[in-house]
Amino acid sequence: MTTLPSISLTAQAFEPGALLTTFCAGRDETGAVASFVGLARAERGQATALELEAYPGFTDAAIAAFAEEAKARFALQDYRIVHRIGRIAPGEAIVFVATAAGHRRAAFEACDFLMDYLKSRAPFWKKEHGPDGERWIEPTARDRTDAERWD
Amino acid sequence: MARVLLFGRLADQAGWRDRTVEAGSIADLRRTLADGDAALGEALAGPGVQVAVDKAIVRGEAVLAAGTEVAFLPPMSGG
Repeated sequence: MTTLPSISLTAQAFEPGALLTTFCAGRDETGAVASFVGLARAERGQATALELEAYPGFTDAAIAAFAEEAKARFALQDYRIVHRIGRIAPGEAIVFVATAAGHRRAAFEACDFLMDYLKSRAPFWKKEHGPDGERWIEPTARDRTDAERWD
Repeated sequence: MARVLLFGRLADQAGWRDRTVEAGSIADLRRTLADGDAALGEALAGPGVQVAVDKAIVRGEAVLAAGTEVAFLPPMSGG
């Protein structure tokens, strides 16, 4: 069995279904896989594209450190995180998270926990392109309170 | 010589994102960058801007050896 990477940052569009199929394959002691897919919103024409910048070697290391913490906290068997970088069109997948555990509660909660981190604290820089130009986006108050639920 | 990386709005403001700069310390590097571009020097010292040396966050001073990578990171937005 080949070992698949747990975390990938990619400038290429990805197919979430294929990632989930691969993640679920060959598990006879897992019991529960939870997954989440985040898509880029058009904001009724206000967002023509999203641009995400990462610092390779820093961003993936920060995500890995956090994900290993989540793995221990929720007793996960395994996880998979794929995050787009670069220019993303509305409707395209930005992020895929899957978690595997013995039972569903841990899988659901760990997936939620990882997403709150990725949305609010992961080292990305996000720019929204729209009809009136472009602007850098900082985390919303809602993103921060979502992440603080777990502190 | 340090390899300097800028991210997010800092790179847009400076008009570059990767440059080699002669500097022996972070303070030295900040001075050199501010001498060339005062507005950038101010932005690099602005609230929420973090510094990473060889991909680890550094608060305060650090000695820069040849080939050290220094990144200026504006507030992170999450994905």
